[in-house]
Amino acid sequence: MEIINAQALSFSYENPDEAPHIVLEGVDLSIEKGSFVALLGANGSGKSTLAKQCNAILLPTGGKLLVDGMDTADPDRLFDVRRTVGLVLQNPDNQLVSSIVEEDVAFGPENLGLPPQEIRRRVEDSLRAVGMYGYKDSAPHKLSGGQKQRVAIAGILAMQPDCLVLDEPTAMLDPQGRREVLQTVHALNRDRGMTVVIITHYMEEAAGADRVLVMDGGKICMDGTPREIFSQVDKLRECRLDVPQPTELCYRLRQKGVNLPADILTAEEFVAAFEAVLKEGADR
Amino acid sequence: MLTDITIGQYFPAPSLLHRLDPRMKLILTVLWIAMVFVPKNWFGLLLAVAFLVLCIALSGLPGRLIFKSIRPILPLILFTSILNIFYVSGGRLLFSWWIFKVHTGGLITAAFIGIRIICLIIGSSLLTYTTSPTALTDALERLLSPLKVLHLQVHELAMMMTIALRFIPTLIEETDKIMSAQKARGADFESGGLMKRVKAMIPILIPLFVSAFRRAYELATAMECRCYQGGEGRTRMKQLHLARRDYLSLAVSLAVLALLIVMNILIDPVL
Repeated sequence: MEIINAQALSFSYENPDEAPHIVLEGVDLSIEKGSFVALLGANGSGKSTLAKQCNAILLPTGGKLLVDGMDTADPDRLFDVRRTVGLVLQNPDNQLVSSIVEEDVAFGPENLGLPPQEIRRRVEDSLRAVGMYGYKDSAPHKLSGGQKQRVAIAGILAMQPDCLVLDEPTAMLDPQGRREVLQTVHALNRDRGMTVVIITHYMEEAAGADRVLVMDGGKICMDGTPREIFSQVDKLRECRLDVPQPTELCYRLRQKGVNLPADILTAEEFVAAFEAVLKEGADR
Repeated sequence: MLTDITIGQYFPAPSLLHRLDPRMKLILTVLWIAMVFVPKNWFGLLLAVAFLVLCIALSGLPGRLIFKSIRPILPLILFTSILNIFYVSGGRLLFSWWIFKVHTGGLITAAFIGIRIICLIIGSSLLTYTTSPTALTDALERLLSPLKVLHLQVHELAMMMTIALRFIPTLIEETDKIMSAQKARGADFESGGLMKRVKAMIPILIPLFVSAFRRAYELATAMECRCYQGGEGRTRMKQLHLARRDYLSLAVSLAVLALLIVMNILIDPVL
């Protein structure tokens, strides 16, 4: 089953005096339920615009986007679309509405008009899922960046979406906060079968996904598993992107004629592969 | 540090006054204003003061907080008292020099009005000391909701207050950052006359405004992501329930007010 299905999706900002500014150009994409997808791309490649298309904050100017079979351009289904795909934004400070954590998490379900007991249940459940239940009575400005972002995720979870789209959720966080948020998102995918689409600039974060999409110039130019994508170092460079550091090291050593595999992603894998190469050299 | 300031003056404690329904506390505060202005004789005023002392005792607040609430308005009390002393004639003439004349009536009026103002301020600050800003906003929204009939945008007003409360610390932090950034480039906020200092604030205010608008835009997107569509069809997680203590406190307050009115009829006014 696919949850997001884009068919020749295009989006451009109309400008009366000049030519329209094209942001997305004929994107064909389908994302399976329960998958963990990382979306990469340099600044201005259109990835944030694609994220905002997924829950109908922006609507296609060409082609169409189906969310769980619903057309996002259908005004009658607008709120169903937003309940199905939840969008978490970059700056946690600008997403929180209330000065009490639990009231902020309740904001979404309150908007859906649910009965109070049901809202209470969802708020507690969501706060537990992101590990912030102990802070339910705190004020957001007293929390760290990672904690605030987890509260923002809980606020989306409380609407019980099937799919979570995160637009650079870790860009403004310190390494500790990034770890917290990533662990939370991975746990949601693993334990609850939540579909996750995460936009990131950190290649290490993308390496942990099931599938990596690379965007450039409003198009999806690469699509595959992290190993398939990151082994194509030259092509990634063309899209103005880096590869994870262990992959980069491997790539340079291979260019010098060292016999290493091209699809190394983590430091552990590199150490194992390099050990094998050293042993081979000693045996010879 | 700028970030150390607290919003409002909420002082958490496990007292009866804290546990009262915030809507009832708002109503009681309005009743209290009536109780302060109804008495026209010393006995009535004494009863009102006694009632206030009882409320303070039930609030579990430390005495220094109570004093802190009247400190900012002391100059005002002093000013009105002096005006009353010299302007109100009546009673015996106690003192006279050039155009200044002091009558006993003036002294009595000054004392009476002074006590009234102090009682008024202490009573209403009990509300803000024992009720968190969010609870207060919530109570206001619910109490004013009948005014929707008059097309007053009650939900929008309450939402604006909620968001303002939420963003005050964020914007203070931002101001702090901008000030540091400007200081690092040699800006001087501390020296010079008033006009110079006001002018020095401009490079702080402009980036602050720009950033506030950017935040507002992002917040609007985030609220749309969470299916916000105004107050229509919205429910609330926290329901307010009037308990027995709320009805009891209302009954006691009404009884005191009634007694004050009776005392006014029976006892000659001093004013």
